[in-house]
Amino acid sequence: MKKVKADPKGVLTGSHYLDGDYAIAEGGLAAGCRFFAGYPITPSTETAERFAERIPSVGGVFIQMEDELASITALIGAAWGGKKSMTVTSGPGFSLMMENIGLACMMETPLVIANVQRGGPSTGLPTLTGQQDMMQAKWGSHGDYEIIALSPDSPQECFDLTIEAFNLSEIYRVPVFVMTDECVGHMHEKVVIPPAEEIEVVERKWYEGPKDKYLPYKLDKDGIPFMVKAGDGYRFHTTGLTHDERGYPVINAECQAETIPRLSDKITDNADKIIMLEEDQIDNAEIVVISYGITSRVSIRAVQLARKAGMKIGTLRLKTVWPFPEKRIKQLAKKIKAFVVPEINYGQVVLEVERCAAGKAGTYHVPHMGGWVHDPNDILNVIKEAAK
Amino acid sequence: MAEIRFSGFGGQGIIRCGLITGKALSLYDNKHATMTQSFGPEARGSACSSQVVVSADRVLYPYITTPEILVSMSQEAYDKYEPELRDKGILIIDTDLVKPKPIRGKIQMYAIPSTRFAEQLGNRIIANLVMLGFFTAVTKIASPEAMKKALPGLVPGRFLDLNIKAFDNGYDYGEEVLKTATKKKTTKSKK
Amino acid sequence: MTKEDRLEAKNPSEKFLRMDRIPHIWCPGCGIGTVVTSFNEALKKSKIDLDDVVVVSGIGCTGRVAGYVKLDSFHSTHGRAIPFATGLKLANPNLNVVVFSGDGDIFGIGGNHFIHAARRNMDITVICVNNFNYAMTGGQVAATTPIGANASTAPYGNFEFSFSLPYLAEAAGATYVARWTALHLRRVTKSIQEALAKPGFSLIEVITPCVTLYARRNRLGDGLNLLKYYYDKSVIEHGADTRTLDISYQGKLVVGKFIDKEKPTFLHAMNEHMTKILGDKFVKYGE
Repeated sequence: MKKVKADPKGVLTGSHYLDGDYAIAEGGLAAGCRFFAGYPITPSTETAERFAERIPSVGGVFIQMEDELASITALIGAAWGGKKSMTVTSGPGFSLMMENIGLACMMETPLVIANVQRGGPSTGLPTLTGQQDMMQAKWGSHGDYEIIALSPDSPQECFDLTIEAFNLSEIYRVPVFVMTDECVGHMHEKVVIPPAEEIEVVERKWYEGPKDKYLPYKLDKDGIPFMVKAGDGYRFHTTGLTHDERGYPVINAECQAETIPRLSDKITDNADKIIMLEEDQIDNAEIVVISYGITSRVSIRAVQLARKAGMKIGTLRLKTVWPFPEKRIKQLAKKIKAFVVPEINYGQVVLEVERCAAGKAGTYHVPHMGGWVHDPNDILNVIKEAAK
Repeated sequence: MAEIRFSGFGGQGIIRCGLITGKALSLYDNKHATMTQSFGPEARGSACSSQVVVSADRVLYPYITTPEILVSMSQEAYDKYEPELRDKGILIIDTDLVKPKPIRGKIQMYAIPSTRFAEQLGNRIIANLVMLGFFTAVTKIASPEAMKKALPGLVPGRFLDLNIKAFDNGYDYGEEVLKTATKKKTTKSKK
Repeated sequence: MTKEDRLEAKNPSEKFLRMDRIPHIWCPGCGIGTVVTSFNEALKKSKIDLDDVVVVSGIGCTGRVAGYVKLDSFHSTHGRAIPFATGLKLANPNLNVVVFSGDGDIFGIGGNHFIHAARRNMDITVICVNNFNYAMTGGQVAATTPIGANASTAPYGNFEFSFSLPYLAEAAGATYVARWTALHLRRVTKSIQEALAKPGFSLIEVITPCVTLYARRNRLGDGLNLLKYYYDKSVIEHGADTRTLDISYQGKLVVGKFIDKEKPTFLHAMNEHMTKILGDKFVKYGE
């Protein structure tokens, strides 16, 4: 992995008062993103607007495509053309992107998609918040594959985690999702952008061997193949069909058996390196509140009230939602009484917690159907119930 | 910790008020300030609002629940948001645009003809800046220096001076109103 | 040349093909191979650096072209070859990007992308092999199937109006539009050469028999006869009004070069416009 300092051209060093959507665009520019293809959709549009405004003086391309199918596919093309590329969307657009998210996984293409979630299904609540696309992020395209999904809880983290998303996408050659939501996306807060030399950016894993020896899917020791870009004389081929290390289609069970586990294992085998968690007062906790994104901020209020009442409450915040922190939750399940999982949906990530708890600890969901964040009292009530 | 709501109708620069206040507090007054706004069809035309949660520590819950300060620049917004204002809260209105009900509880009311002042300065579009100056003077939530420092980037560059003038105009009026109020109080207590 | 020499002689297209992937999957008598040969000829004649040429295909019989040409090549998803090509071209404007795909791919599922790329005058060359049906999946009715023709999902004959590809391309803003049949080898070659050299959005439609499905179902003959059938039905009318280019079942095929005009490409327009508006603040892209 080659880390370099960020290109100062894209870095708007200083303190700013930005909303999450803008901060995502700034994060992308700081990470070296120089290609953005997108389609307007509330509540994510401000990211595209910001990128369109900023890119002409940074040096790169913004293009508003005809739909989200085109946006995501243009990103894949641009990535193979040598650029770091990103897009932003929300529920309905995310659904349209699903097929080609599969193509990006199959071709092992680094790119970043931010999803500013709103209430669904269908057109749902265009202007109001939700966390209802969490399972779709993991399972939305057909077939078996793994992706990485991060969940920022503030505009500052929208900036920080978008850079992280680019870095992870380059290391693992996989699409990385920044799964934020309308509340964070439209919330203005202070965002500190450090000087370019303090921002670490991962460079693409370029192949450097002899041209005639290049095989697009020959694995390096870390299980991730080297990449080249179109126009460099390698005359390589790649496809969405199941393929061998030459990138040639091989349509049989044997090649499938070799390819598919690899696409997943390169993420799950490195889960410890990828997963970012934030824990608080977890050592003596009886109850652990697991949350992500905006919900983790809201639940701290409930946790504070519970602690005041003398309850032993720990918190576990998932900055990385996918891959899921199985190991940590399995460990905790042996020690604690119950998990409480508030999220703005009818029960998604809680299912993973329940699976990992495997009956060793209770699992309590605090649902919210979207349109607003939880009332901290609702979370507090479930904490009390879980403690009984 | 304080919760502020700016309200009015679309086009008055209500969102700007929240942005300027939030930026001033978090970048120049060393506070944490989270600004949210109403979006979508409901944010166009009729009652529109922006909210700022201010705190010495990190803001956790991003929305306001029972605001201490309500700024209303339209009757509709006043009617909609006045009931949620905290007892002992501060109500700030545009005298010409809002006809308030009798004051309930210990709510403090301050009034300014901000739109009229703006028109006198040459453009009613800067009524929100007059209001912000007034708000800054009477609430003391943010420093006037921070508020003015927050303007570049949030008002059009070529109108920066005019916006500052509008702010000062509202601020001075606010100081005056406060002085008169204190005088009245002192007179009262002398009785 | 003796018989032995002929056996030893290399295929003239070898330099342009991934010989380790030959034999290809196309049916005997299918016209796609001849279009690929014309493409290879055009590459040879145009003397462009092959390292700069990229082929993008979608899904379908013609979609397999990307897998056989010895160039940087991408076999993308159904209908999405044009946006994929758009991303490639914009990421690396030095590339000469060619979309090689079928009528179902480009004008059925991918129709929206086609008109928008033409509207933007994206600098890519689209070679569309039109065989009037979805062949890879078994001969279903397409947006190009003439009225009256039979298809597996139009077992009583097609009654939907079909797209005239050159008319659509011109209306959407393409700067180069030609139509040939697969047997017009030299003319296809020449059109591809011209399109490769042309900055802007180009469409070359090549009418090609689908021997196994469309032709058999409609009893149009097979092999060379079929290739020849389309060739014989064609009438060359360069510059013909694209409104007159509808293809009717078993009717005449108007072919030729219809559009060849100048217009700034997407990147050219972007650079011009941004320089005008932003002056020194604008960082020129890809020039």
